[in-house]
Amino acid sequence: MKRREFIRVSSLLGAGAAVAPSFMLSGCAAKPLPGSGAVTSTPTVCDMCFWKCAGHVYRENGEIWKITGNPDDLHSGGRLCTRGTGGPGAYLDPDRLKQPLMRVTDADGRQRFQEVTWDVALDFIADKMRGIAETVGPERMLMLHHGSGSRHFVHLLRAYGSNSRAEPAFAQCRGPRDVGFRLTVGESVSSPERTDMANARCIVFLGCHIGENLHNAQVQTMAEAINRNATLITVDPRFSVPAGKSQYWLPIKPGTDMALLLSWMNVLIDEGLCDQDYIERYTVGFEQLAAHVRPYTPEWVYLETGIKPDVIRETAREMAKAAPATVVHPGRHATWYGDDTQRSRAVAILNALLGSWNRKGGFYIPESVDLPEYPLPDYPTPKAQTADAYPGKWPFASQGVTNGAIEASIGEDAFFKGWLVYGTNLPQSVPNVEEKLKAAANTLDLLVVVETMPSEMTGYADVILPECTYLERYDDLRNSGEREPSLALRMPAFEPRYDSKPGWWIAKQLGSRLGLDEYFPWQDYSEKLDWQLKQVGSSLEEMQRIGVKNFPRQSPLYFRPGERVQFRTPSRKIELYSKQLADQGFDPMPVYTPPDPVPNGYYRLNYGRMPAHTFGKTTNNPLLFELTPENQLWVNPLVASQWSLSSGDYVRLASPAGAISNPVRVRVTERIGPDSVFMAHGFGHKSKRLRLTAGVGADDAGLMSNIKIDPLMGGTGMRANFVTFVQQRAKSS
Amino acid sequence: MTRFAMVIDTRTCIGCGDCVVACKTENKVPAGLNRDWIVEATSGTYPNLKTEFRSERCNHCSNPTCVTLCPTGASHLWQDSNIVLVDADKCTGCKACIAACPYDARLVMHPDGYVDKCTFCHHRVEKGLDPACVSSCPTRCMHFGDLDDPGSEVSRLLATRSWKVLSPETGNEPNVYYLT
Ligand code: SF4
Ligand code: SF4
Ligand code: SF4
Repeated sequence: MKRREFIRVSSLLGAGAAVAPSFMLSGCAAKPLPGSGAVTSTPTVCDMCFWKCAGHVYRENGEIWKITGNPDDLHSGGRLCTRGTGGPGAYLDPDRLKQPLMRVTDADGRQRFQEVTWDVALDFIADKMRGIAETVGPERMLMLHHGSGSRHFVHLLRAYGSNSRAEPAFAQCRGPRDVGFRLTVGESVSSPERTDMANARCIVFLGCHIGENLHNAQVQTMAEAINRNATLITVDPRFSVPAGKSQYWLPIKPGTDMALLLSWMNVLIDEGLCDQDYIERYTVGFEQLAAHVRPYTPEWVYLETGIKPDVIRETAREMAKAAPATVVHPGRHATWYGDDTQRSRAVAILNALLGSWNRKGGFYIPESVDLPEYPLPDYPTPKAQTADAYPGKWPFASQGVTNGAIEASIGEDAFFKGWLVYGTNLPQSVPNVEEKLKAAANTLDLLVVVETMPSEMTGYADVILPECTYLERYDDLRNSGEREPSLALRMPAFEPRYDSKPGWWIAKQLGSRLGLDEYFPWQDYSEKLDWQLKQVGSSLEEMQRIGVKNFPRQSPLYFRPGERVQFRTPSRKIELYSKQLADQGFDPMPVYTPPDPVPNGYYRLNYGRMPAHTFGKTTNNPLLFELTPENQLWVNPLVASQWSLSSGDYVRLASPAGAISNPVRVRVTERIGPDSVFMAHGFGHKSKRLRLTAGVGADDAGLMSNIKIDPLMGGTGMRANFVTFVQQRAKSS
Repeated sequence: MTRFAMVIDTRTCIGCGDCVVACKTENKVPAGLNRDWIVEATSGTYPNLKTEFRSERCNHCSNPTCVTLCPTGASHLWQDSNIVLVDADKCTGCKACIAACPYDARLVMHPDGYVDKCTFCHHRVEKGLDPACVSSCPTRCMHFGDLDDPGSEVSRLLATRSWKVLSPETGNEPNVYYLT
């Protein structure tokens, strides 16, 4: 049977009929053509996600008009993504935080937020911070953060004496990948990812759905690879966007990727398809690995993964045929099943067997501009680090672990006494965390949230500080490690709206109140940027004109043939066998563990991204809300008929622990198998002050009760969760 | 006569909607309305599937029934080309063109009382620029140019790749092409 499913996305053509006045029967004067008024433009660096694409903000007759990519920006290929193009919505959003807010308790005991002046808010925060420093020490002040603007507050806390911080980007996202690669090749995959897809002849995606996430250069280089007829192999239980572009789609049983990776190694070694010269020159532990993967034959792995043995062999041969121009893509969001660092190690090992690490068409060596830091006094040495809050746990965590730090903030004798939360909405970014946040908020001496939007996190704060958007402020220069080193400037295109302020100003004001003026010698942040730019032969004035400056590379992009390389691992080699893992009692080579079976009547909860949104951060943006107002629950037709569900129905989901979601719109589709349901992350907002998006769609994070913690680095594996439909719709059978 | 055409490669289109947002901001399209939109078409049964994303808009037909049937002359051709525009001064909002368009490509009504639609960004084309959607697309799957010029990129793409247009049976001779 051939089914056909048409969906017209963003099809609001007819919606305007209702608002058109019906009495208007004669013609009306045309609007002037766009761009025919007084047009000016200002460079910017996009902050709609973390990718940091450079662009230009256009205004016409003083009003914001549009934001487009900067053609000189190699980092973004000169083009913005959907969200970047929707940037004006962030500036115009009427729900933005407008003024500092402080929690007050009324005579009847009820709490509410009261608008206060900046002086009142900042004095209060500085007093509390001084109190924490004096009683327990400054390192008991924790920063939880995300995004490029957080650097101002990292600087503030370091000057104050605390190096304690954690970001969900580590333990809830890419931490296992970065730790896994560091353990294996001595370096991380970094951001932007150093994948050389633009030159690859074969690309393997494992549960990585580029095109649904819009990591800009990743999307662009994937499209280039398709145009060059590279072989794409996508492993995903769902028919994702890249699956639809691939020669090979491997609809794997969820949670069995490790078995497939080990089987691919088995085939490469068994059939003599590895890059032997690379292995001998650069790796240790090949003999142990060969013995280790021998049992993972395609025939055995077929039973676990559902991928036929001949497909496993054929895809392994495709990878070898294109090697070293083969990218086994490390993905980005890697916290799946709790063995994620080991799975990322398996990805790194597979790339090493193919000889693709730091070889053309595989991975490249990133380089950034050697940009001097502004001369400032040294930071004081803190008496404790973040990891001292959860001693003995997660020995390979290279950054603070959010979930560990949150737990160490609960109770009267908790390690952390104060929080500064910048740009991260913890209730949606850390799974199943609301009760812990409430408990922490009850005992912390201070909880400050710096935000542009009234996210759920602001509801936990003592003080909310409204930051202006990226279109209204200076931040640090973009200087990412990448193919071509470059600097890019974010500068204000507009005065801050309402009583919002730039992050650098807030940090300086707090610094001043804490007696840290010497760390903030600038009156305006542009002075600091100008000084830095002049050290590398540019200036603020030049950057205000050009926005992006490209610098020549100083070092090679790939390993040279036969080059001697010292890897940053204990053995100075790529560690196929990891002695440091064995020494700490962990598996020295990745081992496959079958996933938990799906309980009867339940479905695996698969979650991911959609191109219009950066998680919950953008769902209230009027332009992007209009494009994609809600998330949809993908349901296989067999499951839908069992539960009498049709596309367009709204249904609630329940977790085994009893959590119930908001109603979510059903999309019946063949693109998902009958054992799972799928939804995009970032919806189901509870904050009523987000007037467009509050209550719209369902939140996956709130349904997660079965979290698998990665013993190596503390990551929260989130793919082992199950949901069912809330009963009323079930057919009686 | 210049025959402007858009050629969109469905092999690389990911349905991201950047073209939709870029059109909205460039052309200041009122809230709730869009001049272009994305269609996702999936066929087959799990796991034998095919999904195609298409960015759709007015086809600037060579035989534009909307222009023929417009009683006031508001719907007209731009300069010596196939770009179909609506003159807001002349449009009475009678909606004859909406009924006449087999592609459902016209905005029902601009809040100011006229029928609005995709203009192929003629205000940009005039300056030698691509339409806003084309120049925003992160996968670079959209191409724009003159089909009467055999050396143009769009002519070359149609000569070397397999393609389709939507509902060719309408006889409108649409000028938005999809590479397959
Ligand atoms: S990828 Fe998109 S949202 Fe992210 S920085 Fe670039 S343009 Fe902005
Ligand atoms: S911007 Fe390009 S890739 Fe995205 S939906 Fe439009 S045509 Fe497709
Ligand atoms: S697609 Fe419709 S509106 Fe556009 S030219 Fe053809 S008939 Fe007219």
